Parts: sequence; C-alpha cells; structure tokens
Amino acid sequence: MLMKLATDFMGWIDKRLPVTDAWNKHLAQYPAPKNFNFWYFFGSLAMLVLVNQILTGIWLTMNYEPSGEGAFASIEYIMRDVDFGWLLRYMHSTGASAFFVVVYMHMMRGLMYGSYQKPRELLWIFGMLIFLVLMAEAFMGYLLPWGNMSYWGAQVIISLFGAVPIIGDDLTLWIRGDYVISGATLNRFFALHVIAMPLVLVILVFLHILALHEVGSNNPEGVDIKKPKGSVKPEELSKFTFHKQYSEKYDIVDAVPFHPYYSVKDIMGVAGFLFLFCWVMFFAPEGGGYFMEAPNFTPANGLKTPEHIAPVWYFGPFYTILRVVPDKLLGAVAMFGAIVMLFALPWFDRGTVKSVRYRSKLHLVNLIQFAICFVVLGALGTMPATPVANLIGVIASFGYFGFFIALWFYSKNENTKPVPERIAD
Amino acid sequence: MKKLIIAATFGILFSVTALVSFSAVAAGPSIELDKANNDLSDKESLKKGFKTYLNYCLGCHQLQYQRYNRTFVDLGIEEADGVANFMPTGDKVGGHILNTMPEKEAAKWFGSAPPDLTLEARLRSPDWIYTYLRSFHIDESRPFGVNNTVFKDVGMPHVLQNLQGVSTLTVSKKLDSHGEEHEVSTLSPAMGGSLTAEEYDVVVRDLTNFLEYVGEPNKLERKALGYWVLAFLFFFFILTYFLKKEYWKDVH
Repeated sequence: MLMKLATDFMGWIDKRLPVTDAWNKHLAQYPAPKNFNFWYFFGSLAMLVLVNQILTGIWLTMNYEPSGEGAFASIEYIMRDVDFGWLLRYMHSTGASAFFVVVYMHMMRGLMYGSYQKPRELLWIFGMLIFLVLMAEAFMGYLLPWGNMSYWGAQVIISLFGAVPIIGDDLTLWIRGDYVISGATLNRFFALHVIAMPLVLVILVFLHILALHEVGSNNPEGVDIKKPKGSVKPEELSKFTFHKQYSEKYDIVDAVPFHPYYSVKDIMGVAGFLFLFCWVMFFAPEGGGYFMEAPNFTPANGLKTPEHIAPVWYFGPFYTILRVVPDKLLGAVAMFGAIVMLFALPWFDRGTVKSVRYRSKLHLVNLIQFAICFVVLGALGTMPATPVANLIGVIASFGYFGFFIALWFYSKNENTKPVPERIAD
Repeated sequence: MKKLIIAATFGILFSVTALVSFSAVAAGPSIELDKANNDLSDKESLKKGFKTYLNYCLGCHQLQYQRYNRTFVDLGIEEADGVANFMPTGDKVGGHILNTMPEKEAAKWFGSAPPDLTLEARLRSPDWIYTYLRSFHIDESRPFGVNNTVFKDVGMPHVLQNLQGVSTLTVSKKLDSHGEEHEVSTLSPAMGGSLTAEEYDVVVRDLTNFLEYVGEPNKLERKALGYWVLAFLFFFFILTYFLKKEYWKDVH
C-alpha cells in the first residue's frame, strides 16, 4: 500500500519533472571506470567541503557583523557566546584550507592522468574557473575577521592592481571603495563573499559536473571506456545497465554505475578525510599558524604593520612568483601568467596518450619537478624574503613555467608506451 | 606493482617536500622563550591567575571579549563568591571584563594605549607571556626605569616589581663554536621583591594559564569533544570500508 503510494507519487513527479531520469543519468546508471584509485576521492571531497563552507557560512552570518567597528568583536562573540559558535567558526576556517588541499590534489590528479586532454578541455576550463573564483572567495573571506593580518594581507594584494598602467590607482580605489582598506571594503567583500562568489561557484560546479558527464570520466589508465557502437562482443560488454544516453551511442566496457559503487567508495573516502579534517580542527585549528595567522588575533590597525606580512599558505605559490620578479607590474603579470598557463594546459600538451603510466620518463620527471616546485613556491610564499629564499624562488618559478614550455616541445613526438585497449583487472 | 610504486613515490615526494619546506618556516622566533608549562585543567591555578589579573593587570588592560559570569562558570567559582571577590569594578555579572581607563589619555601616558589582553596568549603564545613577565630589568633611560629583553623598549612599567623585585642586565660577548662573536644577555637574580624567584614563577605561570584560558575559553571542551568525534570517525571508517568491500565483490 505504502509502496504503491510512493510509486504513484514518483510517477506523478516524473511526468512533470524528469527526476528519476536525472537520478539514473547522473548517478545510478552513470558509467564510471572501474579502476578509480586514491586520487579520485578528491572530486567528491571538494563537493563535501563546498557544502560544509556554505552551511557553516550561513550560520556564521547569523552572528557576524560586517563593519569595521563590529567585525572583530563579533567573531569573538561567535567564539564565546554563541552555542557551538567556536565549532562553526573552526569548521569554516579549517574548511577553507581543506578546500585548497583537496582542490590541489584534484588538479594534480588531472595532470597525472591527462584528464585535461581532448575531449575534456572545457571540463578543465570550468575547473580552472572554479579554482579562480575559489581564490577570490578565500581572499575576500580572509578579510572578514578584520584581524591585522586580514587587513595587511588585503592591502598587499589589492595594491597589486595598482601596478596596472594608467588605470591602476583608480582600479584599486574602485576595488576598495575607499582610499585605504576600510569598513567600506569590508562591507563589499562581505557581500561578495557570502552571495556573489558562492552563487557563481555553485553554478560553475554544476557546469563542471554536466561537462564531465557529457564527455565521461577519465581514469588512471587514460583508456576510454566508451567504444564505438557495435565494436565490442556482447559478452565483453559491461554487465551493468547504463542510461540510454550513454549506451545508445557507445559500447561501454570496464565500467560500473556510479551509484552504488562509487557512492559507497566515496563515503569511505569521506570518513577518512573527515578523520584528518577533524584531527586538525579539534586539536590544531590554527594549523600551526598557517590556517590562522597569529597577527589576526589583534584587530585591524592601519598604523601597525605586522612584522612579516604573509598570505595564507594556499596563495603561497602565486605570491612567491609575484615576489621574485623585481618589477611590480611584471611580477603581477607573472603571477597571473602562472594561472593562465594552467588554463591553457590542454593546448600546451600536444600528446595523445593521457596517463603518466604510458607516457615517457621525461614526462614523469617533468611532472614530479612541477609538483616539487609548486610546493616549494608555496612554502616560500609564507616565509620572509631573504636573498637565499629569493634565489630558490626564482629556480622554482622557472620549474613551474618550464613544465608547460617543456611539455609543449616534447609532447608532439613523445616516446610513449603502447596504451592497452582495455582496463586490466 | 609498478603503478603502486609510482603513485607512492608521488605521494611521498609531495608530502616530504611539503613537510620540509613548511617546517623550515616554522623555525622559531629569534628570542628564546622559557616554557610556561601551565596546565589549563588546573582550576586553582586559573583562579589564582584570575585574581592576579584583577589585582595587577585590569587597571590598564581590559578583557573586553570575556564575560565575568562565563569566567566564574568555567573556573568553578560560585556566582556569589565571584561577585563578592572577583568583581573589583562593580559591573553587572554578565558584563565584559572592562576598566575605565580613557584610551586617549592612556596613549599619552604610556606612548601607546595598553592593549586588550583577551587574545594575547593566541597572539604571542603562553610561553611568550611567561617569559616576558620574568624579563624586566633596570634601564634608567626608559620613562619607568625598566626595560624588557623580550619586548624591547616596551611602554609598560614593571607592574609586578613589588613581587619579583628587579633584575639588572649584563651583556657580555662570547665566541660560539664557529668562532663568531655573539652578544649574550644575562639577567641577574631579581632583588627587593616580596617573593622568592620560585614563588614569583608560580604567580606568573598562573597568570599565563589564565590568559591562555581567556584566549580560547572552549579549548578544553574542544579537545574533549575531538576525542569522541575521532573515535566515531575511526569506527565509521571501518564500517564504510567493509560496506565498500561488500558492494565491490560484484565487480572483481
């Protein structure tokens, strides 16, 4: 009786909105390669962290006061007087850093297995846009506690726009809404942080997933699981049922439906991730001074510069690239260039073999040096600029840009290994 | 196997580089600090620290984000006792711990207004506070006749001088193992205070303890909750691992 009622109800809905069809198309009958490894957890984890940020953000907003006079005190109010306010705040602040950890791992996965290559260029571009918006979101969010590092960090980054020729000064004035960073800046950053950026972020994530499901997921082997229709013997076809959108056009092999196979696997990933996340959040929410910097425990003061202004760790790589270039304008160009390079990656790579497993030794070495340079640049970004740090920064910057340049040269005629037809068991 | 080795190499390289690079940054401050070794769960120590704070610090330094009654509850002070003995300014019991020092004048008197200390332990670290309060020495060139080795040319007088007395600073030059000359500052034992050096250290430790508490009143609760959450997640992980294994039987 109850079952019939439920079926009838879903039938009623489906006639008006294809809910069951969407469920099947994107989850229960979405063909996912069966060989996803550790690196494939980070997509779903990014989604988890996004949800965490939005939910905790909503509750933080209920008690936060976006004004130069009240912001700092309202954070302490949340920490002391709001029930479990401290937990909400630490979930949000630790979540910000976790977001970047997860996203950097997710991007590294893309690099390793060539997930940006044809036909996934647009998918990659959407991902990069998400990354860009995420950086803007994090940057604006960091101003909101109105601590002294919030203030001076924002001061340094906004002043970068002053390097733009001719319109530079007007541009910084337009961004700040004042001649210095002030309550006016805080207010607009609050508006952008809590509504504009999250909205764009959610839309981009939606597009990212739609684009993914259009072209299908890559995998550690870089082997396509969609074969031309009729090219696979019936007994070799995947034994699972996939949505007709996929199975009508292709013969699908070596795949499993996303739900329940990857939903249960991702839940395991979530449990593992949350263990580490909660470890940090409950026992070291300041992240050793990297997630919450010490000068931020004193209110913003335009007359008192912190001894050493450091951006939050996740901006480190790009901040170092900016800093090692002696000229301010060229430095800013190099910094934005570093992100442009990532955007253009699908066109720097002229190879057809996707996974690092079947590419040349040279590519493996190039990839490793890139990862190392990225981490070194990140660490340097949080350190004071000394001549030695500067020298290492220059070398690592060359390594960063060199990765793309070298890739463009060797990928055309790369000495790759034969790629198997199918994903081995 | 080969894939596994490559994946592992990546993972290890990544984390080792990250660890080495970032811990290189964390290489401590230039001043060597003494360990406070305070214990947040020691309520007697917190109470004594609170008392010292009210008697010696509150006149200049507010705790504007912390409330009296919250402090009473956390430190195990009965409200009646608290109102009678721990509220020198006669505010409301639910009010913040404030003083009446006018900020503008204070800036004139001391060079800059004495800062609020609610978050001082998070800004500087408990070890810093503990060392700072034990590092005053005579310096006739300063307005209050004292200077501090942890915070050079600080505008604050040695408020605890009648307890500790005061030290003198001797700077000598020493050669290190590389044959380079370094200045070594040594503070003489403090003279003229009402407490012995050991007694004074205890007073400062209690005060440091209180300031660490005030910096984050939920710290103990946070950690206590953390153990439960981690224990839950540990079992949840095992459960999800077997759930995943069960489902994936069909695939392999």
